[in-house]
Amino acid sequence: MTDASQSGPMLAADGTPLKRSLARALRMQKIRALLLIAPLLLFIMITFILPIGDMLLRSIKNDIVPDTLPKTVVALQDWDPSSNTAPDEAVFAALAQDLKVAVESKTHTRLGSRLNYEQTGAASLFRKSGRKVKRMDLEADAPFKEAFAKIDKKWVEPEIWKTIKAYSPRITNGYFLNSIDMQKGAEGGAEARPENQRIYITLFIRTMIMSTVITVSCIVLGYPVAWLLANLPARQANLLMILVLLPFWTSLLVRTSAWKVMLQQQGVINDTLVWLGLVADDSRLIMINNQFGTITAMTHILLPFMILPLYSVMQTISPTYLRAAKSLGADNWTAFWRVYFPQSVPGIGAGSILVFILSIGYYITPEIVGGTKGVFISNRIAYHISSSLNWGLAAALGTILLGIVLIFYWCYDRIVGIDNVKLGG
Amino acid sequence: MNFKSLTALVATTALCAPMAFADGHMAKEMTIVSWGGAYSKSQQRAYHDPYSEMTGTKIINDDSSAEAVAKLRAMNEAGNVTWDVVDVVAADAIRLCDEGLAMEIDADTMLAAAPDGTSATEDFGELLVSECFIPQIVYSTTFGYRTDLVGDTPPTSVCAIFDTEGYPGKRALEKRPIANVEWALLCDGVPKDEIYDVLATEAGQEQALAKLATIKDDVIWWSAGADTPQLLADGEIVMGSTYNGRLFSVIEEQNQPVAMLWDAQMFDLDGWIIPAGLSPERQARALDYIMFATDTQRLADQAKYISYGPARASSAPLVGKHADLGIEMAQHMPTDPENAKNTFLYNYEFWADYRDDIDAKFQAWLSK
Repeated sequence: MTDASQSGPMLAADGTPLKRSLARALRMQKIRALLLIAPLLLFIMITFILPIGDMLLRSIKNDIVPDTLPKTVVALQDWDPSSNTAPDEAVFAALAQDLKVAVESKTHTRLGSRLNYEQTGAASLFRKSGRKVKRMDLEADAPFKEAFAKIDKKWVEPEIWKTIKAYSPRITNGYFLNSIDMQKGAEGGAEARPENQRIYITLFIRTMIMSTVITVSCIVLGYPVAWLLANLPARQANLLMILVLLPFWTSLLVRTSAWKVMLQQQGVINDTLVWLGLVADDSRLIMINNQFGTITAMTHILLPFMILPLYSVMQTISPTYLRAAKSLGADNWTAFWRVYFPQSVPGIGAGSILVFILSIGYYITPEIVGGTKGVFISNRIAYHISSSLNWGLAAALGTILLGIVLIFYWCYDRIVGIDNVKLGG
Repeated sequence: MNFKSLTALVATTALCAPMAFADGHMAKEMTIVSWGGAYSKSQQRAYHDPYSEMTGTKIINDDSSAEAVAKLRAMNEAGNVTWDVVDVVAADAIRLCDEGLAMEIDADTMLAAAPDGTSATEDFGELLVSECFIPQIVYSTTFGYRTDLVGDTPPTSVCAIFDTEGYPGKRALEKRPIANVEWALLCDGVPKDEIYDVLATEAGQEQALAKLATIKDDVIWWSAGADTPQLLADGEIVMGSTYNGRLFSVIEEQNQPVAMLWDAQMFDLDGWIIPAGLSPERQARALDYIMFATDTQRLADQAKYISYGPARASSAPLVGKHADLGIEMAQHMPTDPENAKNTFLYNYEFWADYRDDIDAKFQAWLSK
């Protein structure tokens, strides 16, 4: 009897092995938990993860060229771009057939605008050729090389063909190269862009440096306010809290425009300084439409995101620690620096992450008060999304920005430790 | 409530939401997208109010024209276009047409003829710059200057913007190459009819940027149409470019010490498009509205509320007095012969090709 119970599996009441029975019960529990969060999970998937994933994929997708010109892309495989001559008749015949189909669905102009990002003039070349190809006869109008040469002599020059060939695969690294100020070279490799077109690396670096400055100024300005909030008697603290939250209830545009009124050369601050005689009337300070303007306005706007986490962490620091430190002989500074400050670090961490991540994605405020030197990479992303419609490039820039944030997050985790971040008690 | 009835509830709500939405379109309703502000108000009074009164259609305004191209593309990809008629500038209309996001319009069958029987094609003439675009107004980007900051010699030529000795102080220019590079080349001695040939070359683009570089430190770059009027009113700048209607409002409605400099104004067009892919019923309603809102009388009516020129030749003689201010509007139109002695017309073909390229160079130059 004892032998059997030790060597054989332990059984549940219904005779199944206990291990399996337990696993089944746990599985049921897991499924029930999953079902309970399913609505939220679905919601997040559909409204957040899928669209973002789709947007990120756009940074490498290039279906439009092989989809619009399927035959041409195949025919172009045998053409050698380094020959520096236009391809032969077979390619032009394929192009005529492809364009004839594309004109019907009006996709040729869409392809034209896509290729225009890579080669100036492609938009009008395709628009114009579409109109002519519509009337072209696929049998009678051969040879097509001459027919296309008649439409526009750009067709018999190698440049447009090099572009089409370089962008014929379904996946391209062209957008990413563009985002780091490079481009596809003639032989398919990467090369640096001409100097007068380089802008993105400068903007990435500027975004990082200025966001760091904004974060640091938020810490410097927010720390004393949070300390006051946590240590004043409740009545005064509540009043102060309202003052901190007040900007939250004002529109972002109103706050930014208010800074314009304050900082401009004929603005409140300059007027006051001139009236006090501190600044001569003809040498008023330039405080807006530059980096100073962006840093000032954004520090103001993001300050509550620093103060609130700091405040909630400081509230949990018991004043008895400070008193104990002092009674053991520490002076004010030592008591603060050795006892109080280390306990408030999780609040600084949380506030800094919030402010930094929010500020690298800001574009409205820099656009209004940043002039030319105070704009961020997000301003270019916004431009490519809403104005130039180059969503591929916008997606590539966004992906890089996301990557940078993740790297920063990882570094932060390694250096400070993400467990060390607190949003409250 | 148990889980089953909860799911049933969620499912019914999800199913009903789009149905309620579709019902909205069944009831005579249409969403018209425009720019907001004084411009939308002028459209409300000249087009929407009389049209609603005549047909009983309820018009919902959406002030999204500034992002219309991107939003239309997103709606089209999602397969749910909620806009019926959209007000865009001509360059955007061309882009939308190229992308297949706007429907093609046959001017002669879908638009009203002039009262004297002239066909719509002839009445609009060269302003029909795209198959999808129905022109509405002619506006211009031009300069205003502070009368109290220019001394005894008010500027008469656009080249005053490059004359920092004669007119010291900041100037405001738009934060994009279009119009600025044309003015730069014009003031650098390039004959007007050769400007686009020069601008098509690498050297020409560099020449334009080099000319702009001479005043780079004196320029405030604007991106919203309201910036220059505010900067002029505050005395931040001595002169600046913006849309002529904004300057009209600063001068005539707010009585600021500002005057117009019409020289080398850059004409541009604003008008309607109808999104591609509407249901036949909504499309018919949109076309009906367009037929009404772009006839000769309606276009002339809009000029009573805002100083933009009607796009039809036949509307020009009908332009009367401002509805609230009571001043004669003809002389405030960018198209008035007195104002239009020296003008540019936005070169749509050129900029559709060169916009991406020159903009990249311009922005790189700006950030240096």
